[in-house]
Amino acid sequence: MSDTNKKWFSLNLNSKHKQTSGSCGCGKTSGGCNSHKPKNEELNEQEFFDAAVDASIGEERRKDGFDQVFDVKMSRRSAFKKLTASLLIGAGAVNTSCSFIAGDETKEKAQIDWEEQFKGNYKLMNNDEKKATVDRLVRSYQLRTGKTISMSSQNAEEDVLFGYAFNISKCQGYMDCVNACVEENNQDRSSQMQYIRIHEMKDGKGFNFNEADDNYYHEVPAEGHFYMGTQCFHCDNPPCVDVCPVQATWREDDGLVVIDYDWCVGCRYCMAACPYDGRRFNWSKPEVPENEINKNQHYLGNRLRKKGVMEKCTFCVQRSRKGKNPACVEACPTGARIFGNLLDPNSTIRWVLENKKVFRLKEDLGTEPKFWYFMD
Amino acid sequence: MRRLKVFKRLVIDSLDVMTHGSKKYHLWMALLTFIMLIGMYCYSIQLEEGLSVTGMTDRVSWGLYISNFTFLVGVAAAAVMLVMPTYVLKDIDFKQAVLIGEGLAVAALIMCLAFVVADMGGPSVLWHMIPGIGVFNFPNSMLTWDVIVLNGYLFLNITIPFYILFRHYQGKESKKSVYIPGAILSVFWAVGIHLVTAFLYQGLQARPFWNNALLGPRFLASAFAAGPALIILVLAIIRTYTAFKIEDKTLKKIAMVVTVAAQVNLIMLISELFKEFYAPTHHSESAYYLFFGLDGKTALLPWIWTAISMNVLATVILTFHKLRNNFKILFFACFLLFVAIWIEKGFGLIVPGFIPGPYGKIAEYTPTGIEIGVTIGIWAMGAFVFTILARTAIKIETGELRYKKKA
Repeated sequence: MSDTNKKWFSLNLNSKHKQTSGSCGCGKTSGGCNSHKPKNEELNEQEFFDAAVDASIGEERRKDGFDQVFDVKMSRRSAFKKLTASLLIGAGAVNTSCSFIAGDETKEKAQIDWEEQFKGNYKLMNNDEKKATVDRLVRSYQLRTGKTISMSSQNAEEDVLFGYAFNISKCQGYMDCVNACVEENNQDRSSQMQYIRIHEMKDGKGFNFNEADDNYYHEVPAEGHFYMGTQCFHCDNPPCVDVCPVQATWREDDGLVVIDYDWCVGCRYCMAACPYDGRRFNWSKPEVPENEINKNQHYLGNRLRKKGVMEKCTFCVQRSRKGKNPACVEACPTGARIFGNLLDPNSTIRWVLENKKVFRLKEDLGTEPKFWYFMD
Repeated sequence: MRRLKVFKRLVIDSLDVMTHGSKKYHLWMALLTFIMLIGMYCYSIQLEEGLSVTGMTDRVSWGLYISNFTFLVGVAAAAVMLVMPTYVLKDIDFKQAVLIGEGLAVAALIMCLAFVVADMGGPSVLWHMIPGIGVFNFPNSMLTWDVIVLNGYLFLNITIPFYILFRHYQGKESKKSVYIPGAILSVFWAVGIHLVTAFLYQGLQARPFWNNALLGPRFLASAFAAGPALIILVLAIIRTYTAFKIEDKTLKKIAMVVTVAAQVNLIMLISELFKEFYAPTHHSESAYYLFFGLDGKTALLPWIWTAISMNVLATVILTFHKLRNNFKILFFACFLLFVAIWIEKGFGLIVPGFIPGPYGKIAEYTPTGIEIGVTIGIWAMGAFVFTILARTAIKIETGELRYKKKA
């Protein structure tokens, strides 16, 4: 909480220069939250990872039994947090207050689970509430795994409208974008979920999706073929948003169509309504190996999902709102992918729209995608 | 206070009726309970593992559950075909059947809601959908309209028969001024539930197979054929096994309703087929998949052709007075029609909407055993609910169950 430039919650454990001494994000000043390693400044990412693996048991080496629970210095904030927690009514609170034997962490976990189960829709939250839920999720992850993630609730910035352009002439079908996307966005590995589909089309047949193959396993570029990628097009008039019965998906002010994974009821109506195959469903509990988890997360973006909810491309909201390109754009070896702010007259995307012959898919449906195709 | 006392008595008496009966009755209920338990077991697996235990995928994201839901909304709506003549047009012949029809509507609606819940990825957060507590995306989402109309219709179909039976239970006549407004409302409401359910699909520009103006009217026509057909079959069973008197005249009049609806439904089918196949466009591919298969993928072919031939055969039988007036043939035709429309308005409608996918991908859908188990379990639950309702209603209507009748 030392970095005053940021308005969102961030632990910044992965960045070397921003780490400060004193209190940590979880509010505890001693090593109670396991996120405090005095030598963090000198660690590189790999070392930090090893240290983090060690973190949960490292605690027990130093302290034992009684001390683990009670030898914790409390800051004013954490003391206040505990006070409010104990004042809350409801089953979770009853559960918490009734268990004399349960440890501090078990109680806190129950409290977090309770508050998370009955929190509101992210779309309707004010900034404080957004920060509170992000804090809870970070803390919950810490309690469960002993590891620290950074999660942002950064809002859309003014005068920003994100757009995307795809150069069909350049794409060679390497699928680096697909892999980068999966890694960046913590997608389920067991079902091999992918937001991006690369369609391999035959030369001379035009854009014939019927004869295209979006699941090829051979060397590319294949003779006599060209490639075209699809993903969520972040429509300006998105049909998926209208049909959602609980407003769990909506269009943000910077044009991103996002989902509150915790508010989604899993009816899959949006999936039926999307003309672009842009949405994915978690048919079972998503699995990401612990060491492959991308810990730089955004509430609306790549944070870990649960089973039975929708997800989709967010133009990497966790990156794009920090001024970076989405992972697919960065990974593309051919430069076929262009991303930028449509409201900035000097952006590359504006140059493409103004100087190339661009088109969009299924324009007749009136969905106004913010994803354009063009050729050299 | 007195009313409360009578109500308490009614509850006790009907519990007594529900738990006592012939051996056949007990066997029937035990069988249904057993099937329901299997269904619950299958559902518990689905809850644990997620919807991956069903045959649904990202390519075909709605399957057997939503198919049955769609069909059963039609069955529920069909009660109106008995309510309207009885309460609004004052046709005495329907009077005996109407309570059974409304009981059937209640059972069908409960099954509808169960199918929707079974299809949800997160049943534990369903409270997000409750207006006032959650966020209700009304009027934008047709699904919220559906929640309103289905629950409203359920309310109407519980309260009106309950009022009438409650009066009869006390040996009094029901007051027309009380139930007629509700009955008239339920007539419009019934059309509403099925039209809204059709709009659920009709409004999706992403799925050309559904996005046609005939879908809503065709839903109504098929519903008014399949629903009353089921009512005829149920009445036939009730008439055989209970003391409840149902005149031949009543069955014949309902058969007339079924016939007209089936004929209209067939005309609409021809219109649809003409549109899809006379000048086929890119948008006809789903229909091609359904009727002829695409790229060697032909999973729905046997189903849809069975449905079409049953549909045509049943409609032809019903059209001839001589055949229709022979009860054995009538029941056979009703059975054919019911099954045909279950296929056609069930997975014959839902699954092809997703095939081919938005980018032409043809991935087929086959339900898994667990999915089928849950589905059969929900049907058993519907039958269970209906049996209880019908049994109590019949006992009251025949005068066996009366307030303070027996010591």
